Amino acid sequence: MRGSDAALLSVSGVHTFYGSIEALKGVSLQVEAGEIVTLIGANGAGKSTLLMTICGDPRAARGTVRFDGRDITRRSTYEIMRSGIAQSPEGRRIFPRMTVLENLQMGALTADPAHLEEDLERAFALFPRLKERQHQRGGTLSGGEQQMLAIGRALMSRPRLLLLDEPSLGLAPLIVRQIFEVIGEINRTQGMTVFLVEQNAYHALKLAHRGYVMVTGEVTLTGTGAELLANKEVQAAYLEGGS
Amino acid sequence: MTTSLDKAADAGGPAPAADDGGSAAARRAIDWRALLIEAGITAGIVFMLSITLVGIHIANVTGGLAILTRFADVVAAVVLAFVGRVGIVLIREGQPIPVLIGGVAAAILGLFVPPMSLIGPIFSALTGGEWTPSVMLQVVQVAGGVVIALRAAWVTWRTRGTLAEQDQRTGGVDRFGAQVQRATRFIGPIAVVFAFSLPFLFYDRATIDLATLVVTYIMLAWGLNIIVGLAGLLDLGYVAFYAVGAYSYALLATEFGLSFWICLPLAGVFAATAGLILGFPVLRLRGDYFAIVTLGFGEIIRIILLNWTQLTGGPDGISGIARPSFFGIADFTRRPAEDQLAFHDWLGIEFDGIHRIIFLYYLILVLALFVNFVSIRIRRLPIGRAWEALREDDVACQSLGINRRNIKLVAFTISASFGGLAGSFFATRQGFISPESFQFIESAIILAIVVLGGMGSQAGIVLAAILMIGMPEVFRELEQYRMLAFGALMVTIMVWRPRGLLSHRDPTISLAAGSKPPPDAAKRGARP
Repeated sequence: MRGSDAALLSVSGVHTFYGSIEALKGVSLQVEAGEIVTLIGANGAGKSTLLMTICGDPRAARGTVRFDGRDITRRSTYEIMRSGIAQSPEGRRIFPRMTVLENLQMGALTADPAHLEEDLERAFALFPRLKERQHQRGGTLSGGEQQMLAIGRALMSRPRLLLLDEPSLGLAPLIVRQIFEVIGEINRTQGMTVFLVEQNAYHALKLAHRGYVMVTGEVTLTGTGAELLANKEVQAAYLEGGS
Repeated sequence: MTTSLDKAADAGGPAPAADDGGSAAARRAIDWRALLIEAGITAGIVFMLSITLVGIHIANVTGGLAILTRFADVVAAVVLAFVGRVGIVLIREGQPIPVLIGGVAAAILGLFVPPMSLIGPIFSALTGGEWTPSVMLQVVQVAGGVVIALRAAWVTWRTRGTLAEQDQRTGGVDRFGAQVQRATRFIGPIAVVFAFSLPFLFYDRATIDLATLVVTYIMLAWGLNIIVGLAGLLDLGYVAFYAVGAYSYALLATEFGLSFWICLPLAGVFAATAGLILGFPVLRLRGDYFAIVTLGFGEIIRIILLNWTQLTGGPDGISGIARPSFFGIADFTRRPAEDQLAFHDWLGIEFDGIHRIIFLYYLILVLALFVNFVSIRIRRLPIGRAWEALREDDVACQSLGINRRNIKLVAFTISASFGGLAGSFFATRQGFISPESFQFIESAIILAIVVLGGMGSQAGIVLAAILMIGMPEVFRELEQYRMLAFGALMVTIMVWRPRGLLSHRDPTISLAAGSKPPPDAAKRGARP
């Protein structure tokens, strides 16, 4: 493992259980500041579990999760989410009865209210569609717009690490491309570190600097995005049909 | 041979199918056989229901209980149901005009002719029994006729336009709801002024008593609304806090002789503590499990009150609870104690028992408005928004760095303290409390007000409380059919507005430089 003390997020030897089922069997990975790192794998491989373990719900039974050099393994979820990590959860989970604006404001609930306006402007600059629909209720948005809102909401707390759980879930290919473009843009222009969990391996690996492949609770492969895209095993398992 | 219930179940099959066909092809031959079968089944169901509920009646007569029969009413009800169902089917089959005429005719007939006056003589001739038609049947006939006529009129009007136009009209109903809600901004102050002038508009004891009761429930529902409407936690044991408040005041007043004005905040504090204690064990629970535990807590409190005889007096309750004075200045009795001033002497007016009633009304009104003020303000604070986030999506709420444990506890504590304030008011108003007053049904009524009002809507709760508490009183003249009429009203409301009377939710924030004119959230925030 390279440069583990310099990494923004470092997961080492993490085991997580759901009851007696071991969902993560000693997972280790690093995310350096400024990187986009993706974790790909099939359904049920434990990708979302790893993401949730980083957030402290469920907690790791063994192993450590370090963020910015501090051990956050035993912290409670709300403390972790206030320490500079933001998450766009699986299935988007926006607040359906609240307007777009309120949803974004909810993201800034734990942040300094002084830069609310500025952060809103930035979110609207990233996703002009959200500005058009700012008074519309979240539940009336399309799937793609809801995903934009979920990412925008996560960014409102000014995180240093953005966790994205399957942003392409259930979206049309064109929309998926748009979402991934914006993720790349956030990384380039704001220097945001992104940890992306995806089933859509092709798009994720094309975007990411580095990637990990997870199979039944263990990391089996790692490399740069391009390396993994070219890897025969990855192609066979996750990239049938070319894209 | 199948039983009637089986037949009713079988009939469920063809009926919806006919419904689909009916809306598509407006004009087509009516299948009279199917129509009669459907109406017959409806009449059968009505017969099954009414034979026990209406037909047999146990009454107090001199010398004990007797079973009285009202079979003529059952026959009349069955005939009414049959005719009504024929009307509904005809509307569905695209014949609204004759039904419209028939419905109006039935309503008018019901108004002026004693209901089903034809059946009476026939029935008497057949059985030799005497038949006095009841008021309820008349009400059913008139109301049923009007409802069916309205429905026919609605169908006639609706089938004129295209599908797109119909959609627009449906949306219009929702927009109307939103407009009504927006109008509450103006109606709100008017309602408050009306509430304050009510004792002078109706200077009569019964009315003010009823108003006091309604306002008490409004206050309780506003208090519960924080847990249920804002935080989205289904609390089935809210009456526990009401009881804690009531007993706190009653015990402090009777044991230590503390005055109401000292006990009121103390009761709030005690209830808040109870909320905090209940809050801890239920923190990890959600949804149904949460509801069950709170239900249990409500019962536990009541059972403790019932069994801890040394402290609470058990089933005998606590009596002789001191009435509130006029802010410690004057008393509302005709001849107060030595060192006290009588209210009527103080103002130099004639003694009248109604002064205290009016004072109590104002007391609960001010308390309720205080709860409303706090609720409206708190909804715009970060904690209020966090509650709403918790209601909308528990998981997302956590991923935004919200400490769910703390905000649930705060919701519980604040809500409980409001319940406690209402409880101590209840104790001082009644002068006597016992565990009887804190049954589960009270929790259910308060919850029903919140749900009926449209979860989280302050104005909706006022409307719902007036309906829920006021209507049974209004329907009192219907005597034994009172709760039937009340139930019918509830069902009608839930069919008409399934998400509550005023379920439109106003956003708490909008940008000043927004693209659309914002519904001035800031200005609304300033309104008490």
